[in-house]
Amino acid sequence: MTSKISRRAFLKGSITAAGSVAAGTSIARAAKSLTSEKKEPLVTLLDISKCIGCEECVYACQEVNENKYPEPEKPFPKMYPSRVPIQDWSDKRDVIDRLTPYNWLFIQHASATVNGEEIELTIPRRCMHCDNPPCVKLCPWGALKQEENGLSRIDSDICLGGSKCNKVCPWDVPQRQTGVGIYLDLLPALAGNGVMYKCDRCYNRLEKGEVPACIEVCPEDVQTIGPKSEIIEKAHALAREMNGYIYGEHENGGTNTIYVSPVPFEQLNLSIEQGKGKPHLAKVKNMMADGTNLAKAMLIAPLAGVAAAFGKFYLSSKEDK
Amino acid sequence: MKTTGKTRKYIYTITLFFIVLSGFGQMPIFKRYYISDIPGLGWLAQFYVTHIIHYVAAIVLIALVIYILFDFIFNGSGLNKITGSGYFKIVLIAGLIVSGSFMVIKNLPDIYFSHNSIIVLDLVHVSLCMMLLFVSLYTRIRKKRWVN
Repeated sequence: MTSKISRRAFLKGSITAAGSVAAGTSIARAAKSLTSEKKEPLVTLLDISKCIGCEECVYACQEVNENKYPEPEKPFPKMYPSRVPIQDWSDKRDVIDRLTPYNWLFIQHASATVNGEEIELTIPRRCMHCDNPPCVKLCPWGALKQEENGLSRIDSDICLGGSKCNKVCPWDVPQRQTGVGIYLDLLPALAGNGVMYKCDRCYNRLEKGEVPACIEVCPEDVQTIGPKSEIIEKAHALAREMNGYIYGEHENGGTNTIYVSPVPFEQLNLSIEQGKGKPHLAKVKNMMADGTNLAKAMLIAPLAGVAAAFGKFYLSSKEDK
Repeated sequence: MKTTGKTRKYIYTITLFFIVLSGFGQMPIFKRYYISDIPGLGWLAQFYVTHIIHYVAAIVLIALVIYILFDFIFNGSGLNKITGSGYFKIVLIAGLIVSGSFMVIKNLPDIYFSHNSIIVLDLVHVSLCMMLLFVSLYTRIRKKRWVN
């Protein structure tokens, strides 16, 4: 615990120091380029072969997003019916081996055999920031938003904690904290159950021209952020160079998080621990594709209506003659 | 003509039933309140299923509305035949179709609606739906027709 505090304190100092000198550094130049780029989504590239699992990114994430974390009111209001689960992470803020409302990024561990040699890989996991995010598009209250730079985030002032975003997320990313949010002012016993939380890709830092904290503090430069076309090109070049594999480019119709690994993701997926708050690395079909196809069919509906009415009119006029 | 009218009524009633049910299914309420535990209703808690059913029902409703509109036009039926409650329901359905269409567009890839417009659309859509349900219930009880 002591070592953790000192590590966090050290990290806090590091971030502050990094911020103060950033103006003249490559980070500042990169950040500036992010704000001046044309409106192409920003994509992060994660080179798994570089990750050493030091968890600097995890602590940096917690440090810079601490002010966004829930401070629930206790005792929680009684909710009906009894099956409604209380999800309370407020006393488990130290959990860092999965996604929680207080931990939006964690390190997943995998082992794989490459050329007969057993290797250990560590993979930073967080929201993939999908191109067409089901969490944003299917939220019934509009509590989530997607920004033109590709990030998706939850508005904790509006979210009722119904957890639909979690159910429709192919990776089980958004996590709920009970006892916080607007539902407390509505009908806490009968509707809502807190607020959902997930990585917002440090939207407030991006607005200021800074890069997300996890990218900034990484000592191994695992992550790169940039315009989509540029990052996709880089990812393919990197994959060619290491004879590796890509994940995230086509999953769920495309995401703004691209992983490149020297090991096939099918193999990594078998090795990683999966479960609640521990996303898989399996292939994911485009979850919104059926809706998109039906939307196209919707354009034909008025034509079908006109054709049917005209057909009826034509037949009845023929009968009249 | 009578048969066509009955068919329209059945299609409208069935479509309205499924579009409202799947619409409410967009909210996480059916599982919470055990409704999806009823045998045969498990699909109500599957958000992608209710999403698709809502879209399919919307396609049928739009086609039906346009069919009735053009049937009116081709037959030269007078608009004065429509009752007051009929007009009210037409306005509500038109509002639902317009707000719903914007929501369908919002759900397409590479479409960014402002956060406020998404919230307004959601609230308008659900409010119009509730109003249509109450008005439909009222016209049903009072046996009020669409046209005289």
